[in-house]
Amino acid sequence: MNSSFLLSVTTFVYGFSAVLYISSWIFKKRLPGMLATWVLLLGATANAAGIILRWKESYRLGYGHAPLSNMYESLVFFSCSIAFIYLVIERKYKNHVIGAVASLFSFLVLAYASLSPNVSDSIQPLIPALKSNWLIAHVVSCFLGYAGFAIAFGVSILFLFQQKDKGEKRQTAFSIPPSNILDDLTYKMVSFGFFFLSIGIITGAVWANSAWGRYWGWDPKETWSLITWFFYATFLHARLMRRWHGKRIAYLSILGFAAVIFTYLGVNYLPGLHSYG
Amino acid sequence: MEKNKAPADFSGRLWNFFKSVKLTVFVLLTLAATSIIGTVIPQNQDPALYLHKFGEVFYRAMNTLGIFDMYHSWWFVLLLLTLSANILVCSIDRFISTRKIIFNKEPKFNVERFRRLKEKRKFEARQPSEFLMSAFTPFIAKNFRYSKVKQLANGYCIFAEKGRWTRLGVYVVHFGVMLLILGALIGSLFGFDSYVNIAEGESVNHVMLRKTGQMNHLPFEIRCDDFELSLYDTGQPSEYRSTLTILQDGEPIISKDVVVNDPLRHNGVNIFQSSYGVLPPKEITLEFSSPETGTVYTKKLLIGEHFDIPENMGRFVITKLLNSYNFMGHNIGECIAGTLTTADNKVSEIIVPFRFPGFDKMRKSAVSVSIKDFTKIYYTGLLVTRDPGVPVVYASFLITIVGIFIAFFMSHQRLCIIVEKEGSRSQVTVSGMSNRENSRMERKVKKISQWLVKMTQDEPRRKHEIINTRYLELENSLRQTDSVEKG
Repeated sequence: MNSSFLLSVTTFVYGFSAVLYISSWIFKKRLPGMLATWVLLLGATANAAGIILRWKESYRLGYGHAPLSNMYESLVFFSCSIAFIYLVIERKYKNHVIGAVASLFSFLVLAYASLSPNVSDSIQPLIPALKSNWLIAHVVSCFLGYAGFAIAFGVSILFLFQQKDKGEKRQTAFSIPPSNILDDLTYKMVSFGFFFLSIGIITGAVWANSAWGRYWGWDPKETWSLITWFFYATFLHARLMRRWHGKRIAYLSILGFAAVIFTYLGVNYLPGLHSYG
Repeated sequence: MEKNKAPADFSGRLWNFFKSVKLTVFVLLTLAATSIIGTVIPQNQDPALYLHKFGEVFYRAMNTLGIFDMYHSWWFVLLLLTLSANILVCSIDRFISTRKIIFNKEPKFNVERFRRLKEKRKFEARQPSEFLMSAFTPFIAKNFRYSKVKQLANGYCIFAEKGRWTRLGVYVVHFGVMLLILGALIGSLFGFDSYVNIAEGESVNHVMLRKTGQMNHLPFEIRCDDFELSLYDTGQPSEYRSTLTILQDGEPIISKDVVVNDPLRHNGVNIFQSSYGVLPPKEITLEFSSPETGTVYTKKLLIGEHFDIPENMGRFVITKLLNSYNFMGHNIGECIAGTLTTADNKVSEIIVPFRFPGFDKMRKSAVSVSIKDFTKIYYTGLLVTRDPGVPVVYASFLITIVGIFIAFFMSHQRLCIIVEKEGSRSQVTVSGMSNRENSRMERKVKKISQWLVKMTQDEPRRKHEIINTRYLELENSLRQTDSVEKG
């Protein structure tokens, strides 16, 4: 079986788990919620297996590199990170509703990777600039960071949704968590993302210093990652020093994720060195 | 802290200006917003290009504002300096007030502060309060770095805390960021950034500064012994490899194969593989063949040199080299252009591509020309830089990462267990606070109190053994996670 096929199938597994999560939330039913977790775990495992398989395939082709070198591969890793980080959160917080957004993200990201005509799933050899030991550390930490921000974004959306819908009284694992939990989780995922984004930027800088002869060159990708970093630094100061909570924090986290998306996808439309996604 | 007191003197007001978090938020957001400009407008390009694109009025305005090199413009640098001043003043200001708290060997606890907390866990134990002390204190001492018991009017309280030092995390991050800015400053003051192209076999001791375009003299020579370009079977580049030798007073000192991601470092100067190119070939070996007779003549020619082809087939001259040539809508790549003058003085322009040897046969004339061989000389494009700030910057990277970890994933946790007499029974109140988000501490308090309840619910006679087994379980469960939500 080839990895692209496995990952295309995984897309549908994610889609199915999203359907289950959403229906358990809407109908407040236990069974689809429990099932959703297992389906998502299956999807995440298949996703990880797809990454490993692709790694092996690249060796079979004689290129031999970690599958983290282009847009397709980064999207695949991104969806996998979101799924696994969410599963940890679900275990900790014992709530299935956040899964509705998380599994939807994993589904959309992998669907974009598998279906978009702009994203090629062929295994390409590494261009000279990418041949570095920093490739894995840089890409993994960046995408763990992005995944943290993505989940923070999803939780913020749920928070705003929850503010509008105050009818629910009884808290269960299948109803939307109380706002203080969502607020707290937003902050936690942002600090998680911030930590990994920082590592991502720093490993990228060290790498750039051996590949491009400088650790910082204001390349659009670099600059946008710094813009994102500035933005989330502001978020954290507002939170910790000015005690911002609730809606304001939710809006900031949503806006921050827009910067993340632009850093990830939008920058490709600007001229620069990071043209491989 | 005297937060709202406005000092009359200027330095005091300046201090207050720089210590404000509002300034931090303002500067961070302004940096974020203005940084966008440089990603949309390509930086450091030819002024003529900008002039053409934006028109004279806008060009002048933007040039005055330094938009075309905005990350080095006075206002952007000013923003960065403001940020540094802000971080520095904030950190000093806060450190002065928290220093005593952080480096306190005998932390003081205020029971009233814990009593005032909203989140508290209360339960009643049937044992007398003294009885509970011997059960609670060893467990608390094991799980917290510091603990002590204080007598109260109607009982006692157990205080415990850990992670006091983690309050330093934020200062570590701020120190890291300031060190980064310092490192960048050192680099921009004492470093240089230049490039040079060296043809195979040649050596240079001058490089061109990227910023000013001036020549910079190096204390040594760089010789390019060889350049090699390897391609994948897909045609994509796989490796650019320059074999370089550093010469000091004509004597070779070191040799190294420099590839992308593996520079040559010598005496603080770094040499990076950056680009490459092909020099126009000097000598080209041509083949002249006659389809009629089948004879083939080979001749090495320089550009401009002529060759009288035997059998009176004419005279051939290479007129020039072409980087590309368009043939019926297709680019056939590098070519030589030449003229063939036949015996009857007929002159025909001939294009001979390097890539397609059979190309000239299409003319179907008495003689066809093709390239048999040529000396291909590469030049390597090197970046030559010096940045004495790099060690400082790398140190700042490490410090920042460690600091962020401490600041966000560790916390100073304080716990207070108040045990008060209620006749022969006791009233136990557990509460806790941390310097971070309190939800984690709340969960911890909840868990600790649940376990304390379990301890007290066991038969008093069997207290010791039961409590001992409880310790182990409790410790394990505390270690696992601080999770468990209401649900």
